[in-house]
Amino acid sequence: MAHDDPIATQRVDLVLMAEMVERGARVLDVGCGDGTLLSLLAERRGVDGRGIELSREGVNQCVARGLSVVQGDADTDLFAYPDDAFDYVILSQTIQATRRPRVVLEHMLRIGRRAIVSFPNFGHWRVRADLALSGRMPVTDNLPESWYDTPNIHFCTIRDFVALCNELNARTERALALNSSGQPVRFNMPWWVWNLFGEQAVFLLRRG
Amino acid sequence: MLVSADIAPVPASQVDEPDSLVARFGADRPLVLDSGATLAPWQIAYQSYGTLNADRSNAILICHALTGDQHVASRNPITGKPGWWENIVGPGLPIDTDRFFVLCSNVIGSCMGTTGPASLNAATGEPWGLSFPLVTIRDMVRAQAMLLDHLGIAQLFAVVGGSMGGMQVLQWAASYPDRVFAAMPIATGPIHSAQNIAFHEVGRQAIMADPDWRGGHYLQAGVRPAKGLAVARMGAHITYLSEAALHRKFGRRLQDRDAPTFSFDADFQVESYLRYQGESFVERFDANSYLYITRAMDYFDLAADHGGVLANAFRGIKTRFCVASFSSDWLFPTPNSRAIVHALNAAAASVSFVEIESDKGHDAFLLDEPVFFATMRGFLDSAARARGL
Repeated sequence: MAHDDPIATQRVDLVLMAEMVERGARVLDVGCGDGTLLSLLAERRGVDGRGIELSREGVNQCVARGLSVVQGDADTDLFAYPDDAFDYVILSQTIQATRRPRVVLEHMLRIGRRAIVSFPNFGHWRVRADLALSGRMPVTDNLPESWYDTPNIHFCTIRDFVALCNELNARTERALALNSSGQPVRFNMPWWVWNLFGEQAVFLLRRG
Repeated sequence: MLVSADIAPVPASQVDEPDSLVARFGADRPLVLDSGATLAPWQIAYQSYGTLNADRSNAILICHALTGDQHVASRNPITGKPGWWENIVGPGLPIDTDRFFVLCSNVIGSCMGTTGPASLNAATGEPWGLSFPLVTIRDMVRAQAMLLDHLGIAQLFAVVGGSMGGMQVLQWAASYPDRVFAAMPIATGPIHSAQNIAFHEVGRQAIMADPDWRGGHYLQAGVRPAKGLAVARMGAHITYLSEAALHRKFGRRLQDRDAPTFSFDADFQVESYLRYQGESFVERFDANSYLYITRAMDYFDLAADHGGVLANAFRGIKTRFCVASFSSDWLFPTPNSRAIVHALNAAAASVSFVEIESDKGHDAFLLDEPVFFATMRGFLDSAARARGL
């Protein structure tokens, strides 16, 4: 069961995010799903974790695991949290599905001393090639839904995200891009390489 | 005729000498009420299930709703029906009596053995009637806290309750945060809404409009406002259901007939059902208690007690919460629960929240809802692990 041995079977981005979190920290996972990352963080990093999740099934799985998770929405429920309530606020593969990504990110940087964001990179060469060659919205293994079915309404590229961080005056403490086999792209590569070969990205941010 | 007026009153034995445990407090231990009045002597009736462990850390207090009682998992002495939460409280059930010591007490102002308007006023030798002081949700909780002191239980493992019981859970957390390890307010809200106050007022006016209410002195006169109380219950009962549930249960089906009778007889099954609900209710409940307890709910506004900011009720609280609502509940709709959750978030409290999908309305919290049961079990199990139980 993934619950019993999370590291071994985990999504690479979750493991990388978990490694960015200091031991014993207070963490809010926005869009926490079935609580896999929160469980991982509790077991491996000893964190005091909380979660927000849209789906009832996810919330129930989390509560049954003993996690503190509320049914809610990143777009509407972050306002209630006070400033600096958490050491880290995590948004894993969710920012592209929010209605107002900029506002969500602002709240994350307000609520948490640090924010960790992972997202699919719409600038990946396969996405670009799909759009350029077929003239249709890309459908890939990583982004399997057609445009009319997808919950992802605000796709961005790594460079777009960096631009948003600059606009919000957020400082990037660490950034990782993962290629299609889940391996980190070498960090000494320039941004355009990341933006082309990174299938997903993970950013550790703090207020500037 | 809707209800015969000479129906048997709530057996006096349940009012003063109930078929359950009772803690009696003398003049030396008065109950000090929010209204400024003090009540002494007074008593609180309760039931217990399971065994209190050696370090007295496994007690769960269940708070009952408006017309509930302490018989949460035992046969009701008046109706002979099973306890009102026997699907939740018992061996191996979500509130597991093999693991936990479960307490449920009758609220102050009620009529099942805890002091209320039907009780005898020791000073006069007459039933209190309307001379009984107004009580609040906080008074109910204060009475429960005195019961726990009496039983030597310093901290509850959990407080659980739905509807008005959920208000008590919230009040417990606000009044005695250090005495509550885990709290589960269900199908409830931080205030009683204008709409809910309005429904209560209709019920109260129905009771007071019954000539047999006699200005509240019906017990002395040997009568009861059974018609008024039945109508109050009928109206309230509608608010506990949902349109979908009424449609599913009754639709427009006729009661034991093939065609309408062109009369005001109960042609429709839903009418017959409501009349039955009204009639059976008056057998087990005191009309003045209904006035007092509905009023206590109306007065509930936890934010107002804390400078108008609900989060202030929970500042610094260590209690872990699990809030649950039901999607078709229009008496305490989900936004009420969200308001609680947002306040707990603002207070940086530990909180879980889930809205359970159900078409059964407010009553869903009393019915078989497997997802709800799983949520409660998961929450209590994990809290028990954290408490070392």
